[in-house]
Amino acid sequence: MDLSYGEEAEALRREVRAFVEEHRTQAPLGAIGLGGRPDERVRRWQALLIERGYAARNVPREYGGFGAPPDPLARIVIDEEFARAGISRGIGGQGPDMLVPTLLEHGTEEQRRRYVGPTLRGEMVWCQGYSEPEAGSDLANVRTSAVLEGDDFVVTGHKIWTTSAHFSDMMFCLVRTEPERPRHAGLSYLLIPMASAGISVQPLMTMTGKAEFNQVFFDGVRVPRASIVGERGEGWRIANATLVHERNMLGSAAQIDALFQALLRLARTETRDDRPLIEDPLVRDRLMRLQAEVLAARWHASRLLSTRLRGEPVGIAGLVVKLTGCELAHQISSTALELLGEVGALYERSPHERAGGLWVFQQMFSLGLIIGGGTAQIQKNIIGERGLGLPREARGDV
Amino acid sequence: MDFGLSAEQLLLEESLGGLLDARAPTQRARALAAADDAFDPDLWQAVVGLGVTGILVPVEHGGSGLGLLDAAVAAWTVGARATPLPFLGTTVMAPVALRTAGTPEQQGRYLPRIVRGELRIGIAATEAISKRDGAGIRRDGGVLTGSALFVIDAESADVFLIAVEDGSLALLPRDARGLEVRRLVTVDRTRRVGELVLGSVPVAEWLGAAPDTAAQATRRMIDAGRLMLAADALGAADRALALAVEWAKTRRQFGRTIGSFQAVKHLCAEMAAAIEPARSLLWWAAHAFDHLPDEAALAATHAKAHLTEVASQVVRTATEVHGGTGFTAECDVQLFFKRAALDRHLLGSPALLREHAARLQGL
Ligand SMILES: Cc1cc2nc3c(=O)[nH]c(=O)nc-3n(C[C@H](O)[C@H](O)[C@H](O)COP(=O)(O)OP(=O)(O)OC[C@H]3O[C@@H](n4cnc5c(N)ncnc54)[C@H](O)[C@@H]3O)c2cc1C
Repeated sequence: MDLSYGEEAEALRREVRAFVEEHRTQAPLGAIGLGGRPDERVRRWQALLIERGYAARNVPREYGGFGAPPDPLARIVIDEEFARAGISRGIGGQGPDMLVPTLLEHGTEEQRRRYVGPTLRGEMVWCQGYSEPEAGSDLANVRTSAVLEGDDFVVTGHKIWTTSAHFSDMMFCLVRTEPERPRHAGLSYLLIPMASAGISVQPLMTMTGKAEFNQVFFDGVRVPRASIVGERGEGWRIANATLVHERNMLGSAAQIDALFQALLRLARTETRDDRPLIEDPLVRDRLMRLQAEVLAARWHASRLLSTRLRGEPVGIAGLVVKLTGCELAHQISSTALELLGEVGALYERSPHERAGGLWVFQQMFSLGLIIGGGTAQIQKNIIGERGLGLPREARGDV
Repeated sequence: MDFGLSAEQLLLEESLGGLLDARAPTQRARALAAADDAFDPDLWQAVVGLGVTGILVPVEHGGSGLGLLDAAVAAWTVGARATPLPFLGTTVMAPVALRTAGTPEQQGRYLPRIVRGELRIGIAATEAISKRDGAGIRRDGGVLTGSALFVIDAESADVFLIAVEDGSLALLPRDARGLEVRRLVTVDRTRRVGELVLGSVPVAEWLGAAPDTAAQATRRMIDAGRLMLAADALGAADRALALAVEWAKTRRQFGRTIGSFQAVKHLCAEMAAAIEPARSLLWWAAHAFDHLPDEAALAATHAKAHLTEVASQVVRTATEVHGGTGFTAECDVQLFFKRAALDRHLLGSPALLREHAARLQGL
């Protein structure tokens, strides 16, 4: 057992810390990529991070990344230092965190050159077109069809719960190209410009009161044949590769830690009956209980990393990340609301609201993430079946 | 032994529920919630017509002289529909305070107008429980200064009943000089709370001449308020569970009705298993308010803490059972999610109430 990161990583830490100190004031705060398109300021910040190797670190230079060889410890060091300072880690979300790794693994040279750079720089924004009204947990039930006509696929169908579609340039989309094949084998993965003729986007308000969701309708949308990632019929495998990246993103220990640090700051500054909340033994107990879980998540991430570095399979330890990480994030924001009492319920720029309603938003949003990207129940099925080897539940239609 | 709801109580639930379903289905509740002003005078008069405002008012003042359990029936019936109504302050907390500490003259002046729906009373009692942001109303002779947060039913109140730091209770008309009413916006837009800011406001009317009487009235009014919030949370939980069960019976994935997956079935069963004993706790606590003086305060405290905990868990689970649909604003579960969120924290959050429950028993 050796917990040190090594001299190389520590040297990087000193460098990152100096960078963070120097640029603190110009850095955007918190997470980026949900509310809308990255603005000029955010894109400049992102460009600076890529130039320094703090974003897109391992993406090859020819595709617009920094081009460092795989060095996962570096990424952790950078995460830690940025979280400590509470400043933005750059542009994340469905494009950079999910599509880019998928294209690097499965895309053609042409697709990588065309899409990776602009996506990393925040110039091209992506949404994920998987779910349909009849295909949520049962994703293989996708019915949106893509029929090859000449050099184009013609896409017809209906996607739902599509986060960010209303301001996205592109969608990575799961479609049915081989209706005659069995369910999973009939799917393909297409990259579709949202400006294509025949696409209409209908915003769908979420419980947070913001229009994060959409329905997307395809009516004979023509997409060049070269927009397919992988082969026809490989869509299921590739979509699942993207989902693995999504689940890692959603359960990210660095984000959970950043949220917990914000909770600690809240407990230190907030007072009730003129006493700082942090002095309340009950509050201290709750915070320390959460901290243990946050530390567990953090070291769990290190364990997964070490295992992968050794080239060994992570097994069940990897399967639990989405389930536990999303629940923990929800518990952290729920605790913040407990600390705030009545004022925690304030929203929509009410007088006396704290942090712009961040916590009440987070508490709802983190519940959404428990459902999105594979529900908690589906995660438990996966843990039970793939992790523990329990028998599968019977399907209704086979 | 006969522990349960009476035929009259069941009838009240049916008639009020029927009225609200007809005049304020959730679509209407949503429209009111989205509006600047959520008070609907016609709806209010219809509720008044059913006698709801007279439940806790003695017969000699035009009411029906019923008890807290009857009021709780109305509260969960409203909570189960997330109806925007100024129910809590006017119908429950004010009559309890007036009955406990009002002079015969005051009772005669206020209670009949409450029954007839001519007068609505907002309640400023948050700071009698705990304080934030320097809030609190101080008294100097006959003059009040300071601010009060989370004033119940502030939007449509004609008169405010204000718990002052020294334990006295003031009655102040909305148009009193020097009184400013500010709107607070919470995640639950079906109820409207506010902030009162008082810059040296002379007060002409007090409730309870002796400090003891006022303090007793404040305690009783808060206990009654807590019971109503507990009942509202029960209504919200009941409806959220009903929606989840309905969804689990109709939504299909993997060629099966999702309710046939044990994971989903057990989520629903767990909600029911949490709700049913909590319902019994609430019945007892509401009964205790009128009939078991030694247990009343403890019962109300536990009921509010426990029912709101159960409701929080239920609305979360019901959202999960709905999958992505549950996260959309148009899913009715969200009305109850937000309703329960406010029930949980008004008049004391669960942790604070549990501490209070221990202290009540000298622990
Ligand atoms: C915040 C958020 C963001 C999202 N963003 C996107 C996006 O950008 N793009 C996109 O394509 N989709 C997105 N989704 C959709 C998401 O992937 C689906 O909502 C999710 O997979 C669940 O599918 P469903 O909504 O159809 O629920 P259902 O599958 O109908 O599930 C309903 C309930 O049944 C349970 N259930 C279903 N099957 C089983 C089973 N076999 N065993 C046990 N329980 C079961 C579920 O756990 C759930 O409780 C998002 C969802 C959320 C909440």
